[in-house]
Amino acid sequence: MTVKPPADKVSIPERAPVPLWLLAELTYACPLQCPYCSNPLELPKSRSSELTTEQWLDVMQQARKLGAVQLGFSGGEPLVRPDVELLVQEGSKMGFYCNLITSALGLTTERITALKNAGLNHLQISFQGSDQETNARFGGSDSFVHKLAMTKEVIRQGIPLGLNFVLHRHNIHQVADFLALADSLGAEFVELANTQYYAWAMHNREQLLPSRQQLQDAEAATNKFRDTSGSRMKVFFVAPDYYDDRPKKCSNGWGTTFITVTPDGDVLPCQSARIIPGLEFPNIRTQTLRDIWLDSTLFQRFRGTAWMQEPCASCPEKLIDLGGCRCQAFMLTGDAASTDPVCSLSPLHHVVTEITDAANAQASSQSSTPAQPLLFRNTSNARKLSAKKETSTS
Amino acid sequence: MSSTLDFARDTFKINPRYRLQWEDAQQCHVLLYPEGLVKLSGTAAEILGRCQQPTRAAELIAELQREYPAADTLADDVMEFLTHARQQEWIKRTED
Repeated sequence: MTVKPPADKVSIPERAPVPLWLLAELTYACPLQCPYCSNPLELPKSRSSELTTEQWLDVMQQARKLGAVQLGFSGGEPLVRPDVELLVQEGSKMGFYCNLITSALGLTTERITALKNAGLNHLQISFQGSDQETNARFGGSDSFVHKLAMTKEVIRQGIPLGLNFVLHRHNIHQVADFLALADSLGAEFVELANTQYYAWAMHNREQLLPSRQQLQDAEAATNKFRDTSGSRMKVFFVAPDYYDDRPKKCSNGWGTTFITVTPDGDVLPCQSARIIPGLEFPNIRTQTLRDIWLDSTLFQRFRGTAWMQEPCASCPEKLIDLGGCRCQAFMLTGDAASTDPVCSLSPLHHVVTEITDAANAQASSQSSTPAQPLLFRNTSNARKLSAKKETSTS
Repeated sequence: MSSTLDFARDTFKINPRYRLQWEDAQQCHVLLYPEGLVKLSGTAAEILGRCQQPTRAAELIAELQREYPAADTLADDVMEFLTHARQQEWIKRTED
């Protein structure tokens, strides 16, 4: 006798991966102008192409059915949208663990209360520097005092809070100060996230990449804090992978864990996949999330190991890093299916060491004037970049 | 700052920052926390499910032993798991 499984259990093949994470990029709009932003270089002309509240609720429901449990609201600055509280409330009801990733601009005491009542599980506030001047310089907005006030208010209202400090050559020396600040505010988690070089950060890489010495000093300061401060604050240090000799998995493995939905509804395996040429990017307005996740050529393209070339294909470590980041492989080698050149086994690893050598040389020459100024993320600079691109391709 | 949870003395429960829930798509319980999750084995979920309300190690073991009288290493297994759960901060002293 065969027993037929219930209908809702047969719809997903047994070995299909479950997308545990839905990252909802609610908008690309942001009051900050960080020069290391991972959002696309092109800024949308208006916000009219953004998904509506109803469309977001539908995406969330579809993701939940596929098994997603973590939901991140990010952007841009998600608080630019007035419906964040409603999305958090509905997300909580659906059974998601809701995370809000914000600069704190747009946050008020009232909105914190509303988010808490909506069931927000975790809020992360980013800092661009450990003091007012540095924070204003790299965020392009004098927001330090407001960030401090909102950090205290989130803690006071009892929402689990993490602080995120994005590191680069011009602020990485502030790690000890930032940890002391975060600890004095009472943060539960701190992420010291070295800039990863995509989009605006990639454009500004020459001015942002720290030297190996700077990186080692920052790690030493972090370890000293962990060993001597007696603080219970959890500190995560994310190194820039250019200084590693093995690459990082792309989003825990392309099409294994993460679904990113962009403000205009494109569904991506990682935030920056749209830079890879020759791929079609499915949109939630025209296809179901289930079809996109399971069957789209985009999600299948680099899932597993069958797509690999040498040296990855026969590498005993291939399941550890899955060949690294596809976007990085494309940006640095021109071929998205090649080994991420961060890997010392890549025949093109010298591309990365030349970049780090230049950063080390620049630091040791004490030159304070970079080759070209930092390009901040704003409409005017986006227009300039887009005009430059059109000139060079015409 | 509070001292470490003492199993001989303290009552404890799941860290309020964590959430235990059953996931159909994965056919297992998961423990959710800021930006992450842990998939739990049936045994781990059985133990943590009993930590939703304040409990003590001895009470928890006695309760499980009544339910699974044939499990002869149960007390050691539970203590091993609770020690791990304490280290991971999945459980906390009730008064913290």
